[in-house]
Amino acid sequence: MKNSFLMRNPSVLIFLGLLALFTLAVTLMSEATGAGLISTSFVKTLGKTLCLCLIAIAMDLVWGYTGILSLGHFAFFGLGGYMIGMWLMYERTRQIVEASLANAEIPPTPQEVSDAIGTQIFGVVGGSDFPAIWAFADSLTIQLILVVAVPGLLALIFGWLAFRSRVTGVYLSILTQAMTLALALYLFQNDSGLRGNNGLSGLQNLPGADGIPQSVVSIWFFWASALALALGYLLAAFVVSGKFGSVIRGIRDDEARVRFLGYSVEGYKLFIFVITAMISGIAGALYYPQAGIINPAEIAPIASIYLAVWVAIGGRGRLYGAVIGAALVSLVSTWFTGGQVPDLPLGFTTIKWVDWWQVLLGLSFVLVTLFAPKGIGGLFDLLDGIRSPKRHGAPLGPDAGALREREAQE
Amino acid sequence: MRPFLTLFGAAILLALSLPVQAGPVQDILQEHGAIIEKSSRKTIEPAIDALANSGLPQAQQVLEDWQAKDMWLRKEDGLFFKGEVLPSKAIRLSDFDTGEVVGEADKTALKQLKPNSGIRALIATALVQFQLSDPDPARRAEALIAITRAPDASTLAPLRGSIEGEVDPGLKARKLRLERLLTISFDPDEAARIGAIESFAGDLGVDVRAALNPILTTKRRVFAGDPPGDLNIARMLKPGSDALPEAEAYDLIVAAKLGPPRLTPDDLRAAMLANIENGAVGGVPVAELSTDAARIRAYAALANAGAVPAAVTDAQAAEAVKAHRFADIYDEPSKPVTDAASATLSAVETKVALNQALDLGLDALSLASIYFLAAIGLAITFGVMGVINMAHGEFIMMGAYTGYVVQQLIPNYTLSIIVAIPMAFAVTFGAGVAMERLVIRWLYSRPLETLLATFGISIALQQIAKNIFGTQARPLTSPGWLDGAWVLNDVVSISYIRIAIFVLALIFLGFFLFLMKKTRLGLETRAVTQNPRMAASMGINPDRVNMLTFGLGSGIAGIAGVAIGLYAKVTSELGADYIVQSFMTVVVGGVGNIWGTLLGATMIGSLQKGIEWLNPSNTLAAQTYMIIFIIIFIQFRPRGIIALKGRAAGD
Amino acid sequence: MSTLLEVSGVSVSFDGFKAINNLSFQIGPAEMRAIIGPNGAGKTTFMDIVTGKTRPDEGRVLWGEKSLSLLKMSEARIAREGVGRKFQRPTVFEDQSVHDNLLMALKNDRTPWSVLFFRPKFKDLARVEELASEIGLSDELNRKAGELSHGQKQWLEIGMLLAQEPRLLLVDEPAAGMTLSEREHTTDILVEAAKTRAVVVVEHDMEFVRRLNCKVTVLHEGSVLAEGSLDHVTQNQDVIDVYLGR
Repeated sequence: MKNSFLMRNPSVLIFLGLLALFTLAVTLMSEATGAGLISTSFVKTLGKTLCLCLIAIAMDLVWGYTGILSLGHFAFFGLGGYMIGMWLMYERTRQIVEASLANAEIPPTPQEVSDAIGTQIFGVVGGSDFPAIWAFADSLTIQLILVVAVPGLLALIFGWLAFRSRVTGVYLSILTQAMTLALALYLFQNDSGLRGNNGLSGLQNLPGADGIPQSVVSIWFFWASALALALGYLLAAFVVSGKFGSVIRGIRDDEARVRFLGYSVEGYKLFIFVITAMISGIAGALYYPQAGIINPAEIAPIASIYLAVWVAIGGRGRLYGAVIGAALVSLVSTWFTGGQVPDLPLGFTTIKWVDWWQVLLGLSFVLVTLFAPKGIGGLFDLLDGIRSPKRHGAPLGPDAGALREREAQE
Repeated sequence: MRPFLTLFGAAILLALSLPVQAGPVQDILQEHGAIIEKSSRKTIEPAIDALANSGLPQAQQVLEDWQAKDMWLRKEDGLFFKGEVLPSKAIRLSDFDTGEVVGEADKTALKQLKPNSGIRALIATALVQFQLSDPDPARRAEALIAITRAPDASTLAPLRGSIEGEVDPGLKARKLRLERLLTISFDPDEAARIGAIESFAGDLGVDVRAALNPILTTKRRVFAGDPPGDLNIARMLKPGSDALPEAEAYDLIVAAKLGPPRLTPDDLRAAMLANIENGAVGGVPVAELSTDAARIRAYAALANAGAVPAAVTDAQAAEAVKAHRFADIYDEPSKPVTDAASATLSAVETKVALNQALDLGLDALSLASIYFLAAIGLAITFGVMGVINMAHGEFIMMGAYTGYVVQQLIPNYTLSIIVAIPMAFAVTFGAGVAMERLVIRWLYSRPLETLLATFGISIALQQIAKNIFGTQARPLTSPGWLDGAWVLNDVVSISYIRIAIFVLALIFLGFFLFLMKKTRLGLETRAVTQNPRMAASMGINPDRVNMLTFGLGSGIAGIAGVAIGLYAKVTSELGADYIVQSFMTVVVGGVGNIWGTLLGATMIGSLQKGIEWLNPSNTLAAQTYMIIFIIIFIQFRPRGIIALKGRAAGD
Repeated sequence: MSTLLEVSGVSVSFDGFKAINNLSFQIGPAEMRAIIGPNGAGKTTFMDIVTGKTRPDEGRVLWGEKSLSLLKMSEARIAREGVGRKFQRPTVFEDQSVHDNLLMALKNDRTPWSVLFFRPKFKDLARVEELASEIGLSDELNRKAGELSHGQKQWLEIGMLLAQEPRLLLVDEPAAGMTLSEREHTTDILVEAAKTRAVVVVEHDMEFVRRLNCKVTVLHEGSVLAEGSLDHVTQNQDVIDVYLGR
């Protein structure tokens, strides 16, 4: 069965092959396991990029295939990061505290240990008690479950409310944006229990791995990210390939028609929304230990909009398009904002790319929307010599079809 | 004759080293000469009191000179004079009693008395009684303010004395009110105090509450038996109730030294550390001391051995709490006074609460007008045309920055605001038209892509603003006549700028209604929105109409930007702060209906203020809860408060 | 004759305008019925009510032997109960192949979980082939639906409707924009379908209605004006007034 699925979708095999080659190449060039041609920080950047590719796939599923322009998936990404971050921070602080208390004249009581950890973690927000949400922070297993459970549950509740009341299109986008904003504002508070705008930090240090250099830890996370991306891609390809894919693309193009075929559109949307939220959570849980710090600013609505930008530039409605978009834009963005691009003298003024990159990104996004709605992925169609189908009527973008038809109908 | 005599006498007396023959003022000064010279806040009071209570006509002048650092001491004979620094750097001295010039002296022969601010304040208080009857009404008013700021028992009598002769009715009313306030605090006669307290029933003044609250302050005390009858008891407390948990009750016993302190974990730990012997504490090995139970066992062993005092057990503590009585005792000894005060205060507070509700309502209304202003441009572009413009917030920002730039060029604030409003409209109208022509018109049937493309523009505009104006906030100063607030009473007030924004919102509402219902453009806009092809066949140019309507919506955003800039700081993120709320306002109200937008703004504004009132410390949480509320609200009214019905509403 | 669908006393108004006014309508399990009426008579709104798109202000809509009320059901549930609808304009999924369109419409378990793991079995593929030949699209199975001609799209939609195996077919102007031979083919398909199920056709074209040769219901201003054979209703003075104007 699997075999036939892969046979029917050769692009999946090609993608997995390229990903394996890339992973191998980075492994051979890294400081820890290879020739040391690329620095540890660059390995981390690449690992983070793979996580961004994973969430881009989730975004493509929910937007490119199902037509829900969610501006909230980075909230799920952030929540995943927070969940794993809680364990990392708690466990590492516990080890440090226990090590320091071990030298005390009399052994500490559990209460003293817990108080000391609390003071270490929550001192910055003027507290020392553990909030209720940290109840399971000492258990890696439970926090790992929460990495998918918390985003999944939030998506379930929000999606159920939103889809049930038939909020669609731009309204839904604004609503998801509001959800993200509400979550970010909530986390910004000091008494949210997650250290307010300080966020969680020191996540790059694995508890119990003090002797292991960062170069090794970074390659581990790189491998894990590559594996997660491969599995996520396979899952997404499986979901969109069969009749399910047919139904969700139908929902994207004409929701009402799918409903009259007897499919409960809300259930399908909810399924996709929840599963992509979980994928986003996993991507976030892999991303933030590589970034080292997570704070509420990461969850701000703008991040989710960038996510949509990546997918649009890469090409909606095709999984490899999302990966290309996310990888390309985030790497180029790192390059530009890192100040490595030479300034551009214009005579009267000098363009400093650190300042002007956002302008360039914003405008290029307008250009892509106007002139290349298929994004970079559209180039592959040209290479293949596949012409876009000659349709009767105007060219229909993925989300435009339904509206055009409805307009014409009424 | 007199100066001659004085001079003459002084010369003789000096020569004979006898006490100087001087006037009554000089006598008083001499009597307190030592402390005056010492010039210390702690000891100076008798000197000031002596002068103030002397009843001498010169006393006020002397005190004022002293306060103004014009009092000098002649070193050779210890006499005090009023000194005046001449251009020649010499000091001209005049006598306090007569006011006549007695001569000039070199600075080195004199010592200037420089009372510090503490002493000057004391002098000011002493001067009040003179100022209360000063012929200049302005000085009398100053005196009243001085008393209000530092009420004191000593000012009560002079204040009462000055009421009779007061000619200015306004000042007289203020004096009478102040007299009643001082009576509450300082009059020894109980009946007078109660009368004064009761006279303030229903008065909203902050000064009334400030006078009444100190009367009602209580101390929490513990008694071995029943509290003595001479204490004014506010209430008895039952240990274990919410007002007084058991632990707190025992802490009170400890604080009153009626029982030994309880053992805290820190004490326990300290006791362990202090008594380690041969790797064990009280026979318990140190390695086992990692639980509280083991530590208590060790402590008990230590206590048995007499090394530490016995710890109070929970049972003992409970016993002690049971054996004692607890009560809140008024500091004020008179029960009738406290009763009257608490009755008056509760009446006042009910009224204050009502007025606070009114104030909250006004606050909510002004927030609502800000949201309405921010959203009204959207009500045109999104509500009427159906174009989702995520750069709308950046148009608001552009309007605000236009106002800032105009203010840099025109320093007169009133004029610059008058110029800035049309300028802001022009700039954002232009930007809106350019955006419609270049981007939006290609995407009319693709709303999600419009959303993303306009978001690209929003990102770019924000960054451009940051590059030009920097990241720090730029001030947009309102003209002087908009400063200040309309004060209804001590509780309710609203700043003029908020009133201005409210009025502006009303103007815009009227303008919008006029535009849509009465003008050709409004008619054409509605026609094009409903059926572009039909409109085109009727001779309407849809391109032109779309362009103008979009420009108009953007232009209004620009004007709103000027208004919002006056109220908030102008930064490149100004628009981003309002965009989500603006869309919420339009969506909650019902797309395509200006009354809906108005209701939406009112609802969101009131809601936010209401939540902030419930949880005043945390405005972030207020926004979070508000958004959650909106998400739930949309469940029940997916099409907003005022919904279009039927087939026209589409799917 | 038993009743499959019974609509009684249904009214609905949009902003004061009564689109449907105290409408009653019945149809049996294997019956062909044509609904005619001038523009604004409430034909499309009637279909919206039956399929659950619009909720009426009052009245009952009962379905099947157990007389279930359709008013409380979602659109998808009504469709699964066996009400199929064809829209005025062809609405097929243009981005997907004819084969996928038909496969999606086939009567199978429609819950997300089973659809996710659904793999077409031989009988499903055979049924798709059969339907394709029935609607004359056997050669177009692998083409994208967007590439089909207008008439082919209409047939594809009818094919999708048949694939659902509904007990009641609601067809809105099936012959619009078709050539004469295409119309004949469409008539054949509908007549064939009406042998085993109820078919309601909304149509303006009297020639087409005559060819269907069935009972006719005339709607006017949201209620039934006349009912009977085509010849019977065309003799009716009220109907003549409405169609020709007073």
